[in-house]
Amino acid sequence: MRFSKILAAGIFLLGANMALAQTQTYSNIGRTPTKEEIAAWDISVGPDGKGLPEGHGTSKEGAPIFAAKCAVCHGAHGEGGKIGPRVVGGIADTETLTTLHPVRTVGGYWPYATSVWDFIRRAMPRGQSGTLTPNEVYALTAFILYKSNIIKEDDVLDQKTLPKVQMPNRNGFVPPRYADIPDEHKRGCTQGVCP
Amino acid sequence: MNPKQTDRRGFLKNSAALAGLAVGASASALPAVAAEPPLEKIDELHLYGERSHFVTSVRNGSINNPERRLKDEQVAFGLRTPMQDSVGMITPASLHFTISHGFEPPDIDPQEHHLLIHGMVDRPMIFSVDEIKRLPFVTRFHFVECHGNSSPRGPGGDARVSPNATPQETHGFTSCSQWTGVLLSTLLKEVGVHKDATWIIAEGADEPKHSKSIPIGKAWDDALVAYGQNGEPVRPEQGFPLRLIVPGWQGINNVKWLRRIDLVDEPYMAMMETSRYPSMRLDGKSRWFEFELGPKSVITRPAGGYKMPGPGFHEITGLAWSGAGAVKRVEVSTDGGRTWKDATLHDPIARKAHTRFSAPWTWDGNECVLQSRCTDETGTVQPTVAQVAKIWNADVDFLKQTQQVVGDFNAIQPWKVNRDGSVQNAIF
Repeated sequence: MRFSKILAAGIFLLGANMALAQTQTYSNIGRTPTKEEIAAWDISVGPDGKGLPEGHGTSKEGAPIFAAKCAVCHGAHGEGGKIGPRVVGGIADTETLTTLHPVRTVGGYWPYATSVWDFIRRAMPRGQSGTLTPNEVYALTAFILYKSNIIKEDDVLDQKTLPKVQMPNRNGFVPPRYADIPDEHKRGCTQGVCP
Repeated sequence: MNPKQTDRRGFLKNSAALAGLAVGASASALPAVAAEPPLEKIDELHLYGERSHFVTSVRNGSINNPERRLKDEQVAFGLRTPMQDSVGMITPASLHFTISHGFEPPDIDPQEHHLLIHGMVDRPMIFSVDEIKRLPFVTRFHFVECHGNSSPRGPGGDARVSPNATPQETHGFTSCSQWTGVLLSTLLKEVGVHKDATWIIAEGADEPKHSKSIPIGKAWDDALVAYGQNGEPVRPEQGFPLRLIVPGWQGINNVKWLRRIDLVDEPYMAMMETSRYPSMRLDGKSRWFEFELGPKSVITRPAGGYKMPGPGFHEITGLAWSGAGAVKRVEVSTDGGRTWKDATLHDPIARKAHTRFSAPWTWDGNECVLQSRCTDETGTVQPTVAQVAKIWNADVDFLKQTQQVVGDFNAIQPWKVNRDGSVQNAIF
């Protein structure tokens, strides 16, 4: 009797906080995907390299791919064209960030090399996105970073080396700690603008 | 248009002109309104209804399709809502703003579309659109607003600061719909989220597979996976068949054509959130991951581009909204901000939704400045331009001159009424 009361109280508490219970509630809605399905869908790449596939590439390997697939929009040297923005940039661009015309190039502004890899893989080349192999994406990332004076021409980018690339503007973002990002009230944001 | 309609318009025009001639040039004399004007009929009923062909209000464009630009064709790829023609608080889906970031909307067969939820969960699951529709749902009013909406230099370029700007050019990158869908929290409970999952990555099925990192607290709070918009399926330009609605937060979070949610333990630093959407501080640092939009309002009539028919009564009307919750109060000033009067708020007044306001006004024919000011449920009051500059640690000249998007720019919008009845943008 006493035991069942405690049990009932326990069940009540579980029911009171569904967010903690998180049991499957609705029958025959949704199914479990296969591992292969998840692997095929999952193209997330984190800043620490989580999700990066096997493969490798250098700037030298990237140069002909860039000429064939990217230059038409981004210019022969990544200087930008009528369609695509300038992708090559570097430390000099960070000098513009305090002016009325801030330049936000891949090389000069983006904080993570993994974001470059991720965006090329998911979105480029426009009209044929998703067609590049991992090796091609590593090579193109290396080409852009080499042209931006961030890595050397022979540096090999892969799962291990790419997340270690130090981008010139890596420390240009506030707040710097991920854990401090979500709570805008603690951050002191007002009118949608954060300190 | 059929010839009959043309004839009718010609007839009306001519008879108006004749009537004008008959009474002479006196300003007060108006043509008599016919007791029974010629009655044209629409030939047939439409299976999918159309608006009157006399109603011509449309979106206008600002960003060109890059490929068409290469061929020197000007094709709009970012479209603003015609705020000046709006009534009530709902934006028709056909007039909802859109910003495409250079990619065409995908044409998705809902039978083929699925939503995968995986990552740091007990039970990864894949849902068809029909399965999502079998779950308990909510129907809620929410606005979606681009963080660059109403920025001095924003996605609409210089049009926003032109003296001739209409509310469409100044504030057209926000729209409000009644969204129907499943709370994201319902789906998260189904998959069983791990305690240490702190972020979600939401991803679309469009060509660039737009992805956005969102803190998990918002996912549990009020985010919803919408399949309905204003009583019909979400439109293709708005994310058909599934769109993530992240109420009150910058538009970029509201991932269209939603196909995947990955539970993770850190932001994944996608392109948009690290390179396009951070706002620049004057010291060169970038504020990233700004989410909630501040209180904002705009008078939509009389407003830029409108011509006052003359002195006399005119109900002032506009829209107000806030990412923090409900609009509590809207005040209207007709004397350049010296005095303010409370406006009437019209139902429905919903959290994180446009709210329609109005206030009676009789114009005496003199030059004046009309403004509205919104206060939301947290007590936050919409700032003036000078106050926005202070928040940015800058001066007003910076706001005038900068070539970057001033994100979350929610300054009070002044409209100047000239003696000839023309109304102009007076933001600076």
